[in-house]
Amino acid sequence: MSAAILYWSVIAAQSMLAVAMALAVYRMTRGPRAQDRVLGLDTLYVNAMLLLLTFGIETGRTVYFEAALIVSLLGFVATVSLAKFLMRGEVIE
Amino acid sequence: MMSNADVPLWAAIAVAFFLILGSALALIGSYGFVRLQNFYERLHAPTLGTSWGTGGIVIASIIYFTVTGQRLAIHELLVGLFITLTTPITLMLLARAALHRDRAERNPDVPVAPIPFPLVEGESEKNEG
Amino acid sequence: MTLLPYPLLWFALTIMWLLLNSVTPGHVLLGATVSLVACWSMAALRPAKPRLKRWYLLPRFFVTVLYDIVRSNIAVVRIILSGRQKGHRSAFMHVKLDLKDPTALSLLAVVLTATPGSAWVEYEARESTLLLHVLDLIDEDEWRDLIKNRYEKLLVEIFE
Repeated sequence: MSAAILYWSVIAAQSMLAVAMALAVYRMTRGPRAQDRVLGLDTLYVNAMLLLLTFGIETGRTVYFEAALIVSLLGFVATVSLAKFLMRGEVIE
Repeated sequence: MMSNADVPLWAAIAVAFFLILGSALALIGSYGFVRLQNFYERLHAPTLGTSWGTGGIVIASIIYFTVTGQRLAIHELLVGLFITLTTPITLMLLARAALHRDRAERNPDVPVAPIPFPLVEGESEKNEG
Repeated sequence: MTLLPYPLLWFALTIMWLLLNSVTPGHVLLGATVSLVACWSMAALRPAKPRLKRWYLLPRFFVTVLYDIVRSNIAVVRIILSGRQKGHRSAFMHVKLDLKDPTALSLLAVVLTATPGSAWVEYEARESTLLLHVLDLIDEDEWRDLIKNRYEKLLVEIFE
């Protein structure tokens, strides 16, 4: 019983997160403006990180947790530098 | 290490509940991100995924790993803490960048700068970028 | 240079090191050393030292914030799924703040942005006004009241 509940809830969570990632990618490709794309990237990596955590629960392995930590670190740095570029790269300096 | 079948029923239900709650919030956040009308509205949608979306999945993970006894599972709190601290920073920076760009284009929908924005000569309007 | 410029930061970093690795005497020693070096490099940056006047009020602040985040999560989910009610709109608004302490201001910024439904956009230090974007705006004064009485008052008490 417990195993079935865990199995199906993990499957459901993973499919929801996959759809969420697809939606973020959709906004990333559609834009319309650069800031929407950067925000799309931000949403994408947060969802990817959550997906990694669910993989961790599914397999019971710690390595996914570490991967999630690294994804969130790199995503943060990427988004901040892109935002900084949007602010500085276009007008007045 | 214990297999999934040996997990007590209450723990399985709690893990399932928080997992579904977290991922549903992340999904609704992304859906709102696609649906909402302008950039400043869309800025609010991903915070669903980063506040209780992350919170739910982190809680589920903590319950699961603590009950199965594989490790003292407060590791995940680090991920939660990290996301709650970093998301506001990226969102604020993005909001400021967007505001800056809109002001540079003299977009009438955003409030004017407290200090008059300097006009750059020969600056062409960019709507796609 | 003092030996331990930021005792709280040093402690938090050591705990984080032990969480990421394992609690063995070797890791305690290594983590403490790495955190000490990190604290020294932090001191080299010379950030403004935050002063907590009434730290015991912090838990109350966090509980308030946690509760508000749950509430606004529900509100934003409703807006996304069923659309906005008549008379509600999303808009920018200005709020005049009395808060001056930079640490308190950044804490307020994190709280307002982490809460779905409100986003901190810009702070003008000279006039100490804050530009805020709100997803579901009915009455500006309601939001002003929330920020000033619910958060700012407590933060002023904690930091100033």
